[in-house]
Amino acid sequence: MAPLVPEILSNEFNLVIAFIVGIGFGYALEQGGFSSTRKLVGLFYGYDFTVLKVFFTAGITAMTGVILFGHLGWLDLSVIYVNPMFVWPALIGGGIMGVGFILGGFCPGTSICAAAVGRIDAVAFVVGSVIGIFIFTEFYPVFEPIMNMGALGNLTLSEAFSMPSEIVGILIIIIAFVAFYFTSKIEDRVSGKDRTPAKETQMKYAVVGAIPVLVMFLVLITPNKKEAVMAEVEQNSRIELASSQLMDIDKMAFELMNRAHLYNVIDVRDTASYKAGSIPSAVHIPFDQMYERRFRSMYRQPYKTNVFIGDDLDQVRDAVELARELGDEDPEMLVASVVEFRNKVFNPVKPTGDVNKQRLDEYRFHVDAKRNLEKMEERLKNMSKPVVREKVTIQGGC
Amino acid sequence: MKPKPYMNPYLAGIFLGFVLLTTIYITGRGLGASGGVKSAVLFGVEQVAPEHYNTVEYYAKYQKSNPGSPLNSWLFYEIIGVAVGAFLSGIISNRVDLKLEKGPGITNKTRIGFAIAGGLLFGLGSQIGRGCTSGAALSGMAVQSVGGIVTMMAIFGSAYMVAFFFRRLWIR
Repeated sequence: MAPLVPEILSNEFNLVIAFIVGIGFGYALEQGGFSSTRKLVGLFYGYDFTVLKVFFTAGITAMTGVILFGHLGWLDLSVIYVNPMFVWPALIGGGIMGVGFILGGFCPGTSICAAAVGRIDAVAFVVGSVIGIFIFTEFYPVFEPIMNMGALGNLTLSEAFSMPSEIVGILIIIIAFVAFYFTSKIEDRVSGKDRTPAKETQMKYAVVGAIPVLVMFLVLITPNKKEAVMAEVEQNSRIELASSQLMDIDKMAFELMNRAHLYNVIDVRDTASYKAGSIPSAVHIPFDQMYERRFRSMYRQPYKTNVFIGDDLDQVRDAVELARELGDEDPEMLVASVVEFRNKVFNPVKPTGDVNKQRLDEYRFHVDAKRNLEKMEERLKNMSKPVVREKVTIQGGC
Repeated sequence: MKPKPYMNPYLAGIFLGFVLLTTIYITGRGLGASGGVKSAVLFGVEQVAPEHYNTVEYYAKYQKSNPGSPLNSWLFYEIIGVAVGAFLSGIISNRVDLKLEKGPGITNKTRIGFAIAGGLLFGLGSQIGRGCTSGAALSGMAVQSVGGIVTMMAIFGSAYMVAFFFRRLWIR
């Protein structure tokens, strides 16, 4: 599951990626005509809307891809960078940038492209932008008061309008298509030439344009990867587990006393219950967070057997199935609640009266288990807690 | 040799969209431009006036959140790539040429002056608005960010509002 940085590719290698995608970015901009200042500004005087067409097509393509990848479970949308919304800085900064666009005829990215193909005016623009940024960093205290005005966080359109992001996407696509149509008409009128594409080309545009709408629509009506996995889990958890995958209290206590290194005990209860007391050595992954990417490597690790524990046995059964869906090959579960385990192991009751040897052996085992596991619990308390990977947040923007 | 015509805008857009999508898939973040220029500015300040760089509020804050050389930033490497990519594209399509492009009614001097002024405003605005047309508008649209889209509307809205007053720069 992506993004590949920082879990699969290192932050250092990320800089190499930056250079490579930069080449693609620069190439695409130059091929699209963004290195020509007259073409860029044509947008504002009605003679050339190339920039708008390239820009919106690129936005729609990437947006459709992001939504599709998220739906298929290829990309974790909860960690990707969403530009934060600060109302006043966006309006004031955007307003200043707009004036800069008309005066200078470029924006920062396009000026770099144009400078690279030898446009002297673009070099002047880059020099100007260096000065502008220098003014900002040098006189930061002057701008600071407005920088955080109207903070709304990393808001997305779908949250702002409480609409599914696929619907928002379809609306953006429709707006873009209407804009493409009318700007072409304006271009024709300003230039005095009729450049309506041939019927065949129009058909091609219609077919290509229908693809993102269709993708958004399919994403909207089909269950996403997580929903599909959960449905599968619900179905499979009705099947009886093989007895080799079940552990009763005594077996669990025995294994922990003698072969604790072979097991990885995972408590799927909520945080309060976990804190109140669990089984020694247990790590904590609440059931509703089990799907999160940061825990996946734990299910897949090949050296230890994961034993799931909890109080609600149906939920523990689901946890076993979910772990299996996420790559665990031999999950096991404790067939008693954590509370029952603690009661039985930590409070052994001496059998009284006329008892047979087996009951007495059981009692001795429990006393032994209590001593050992209490020691173990005490020891682990003093050790550093198991390393649980933090949720990564990615920084972006300019 | 004559420069080749530009790519079909929709095709170029799809290509650019895939570049952006790949970037988000690999790194979890979008593209940008002004941030890379900022890294260069910070590097310049660090080299020319190291003491100033260590004491003045903005630079000190930046160092705290981004330890190491200011050039060691994702966007700086990206804009170097942008320049290389654009140059390659220019070579392939015969568009590399040392020249100045301007509207028909102004002198070269005027064009250079306004280009510097425009760059200055764009640079300043991009820092206030936390991103330019690439970092805020384009990448913001890909993830449906309200911040990115409002910034985009502010940029284009303001440009349309003032376009009339500066029409002599670009059209007859």
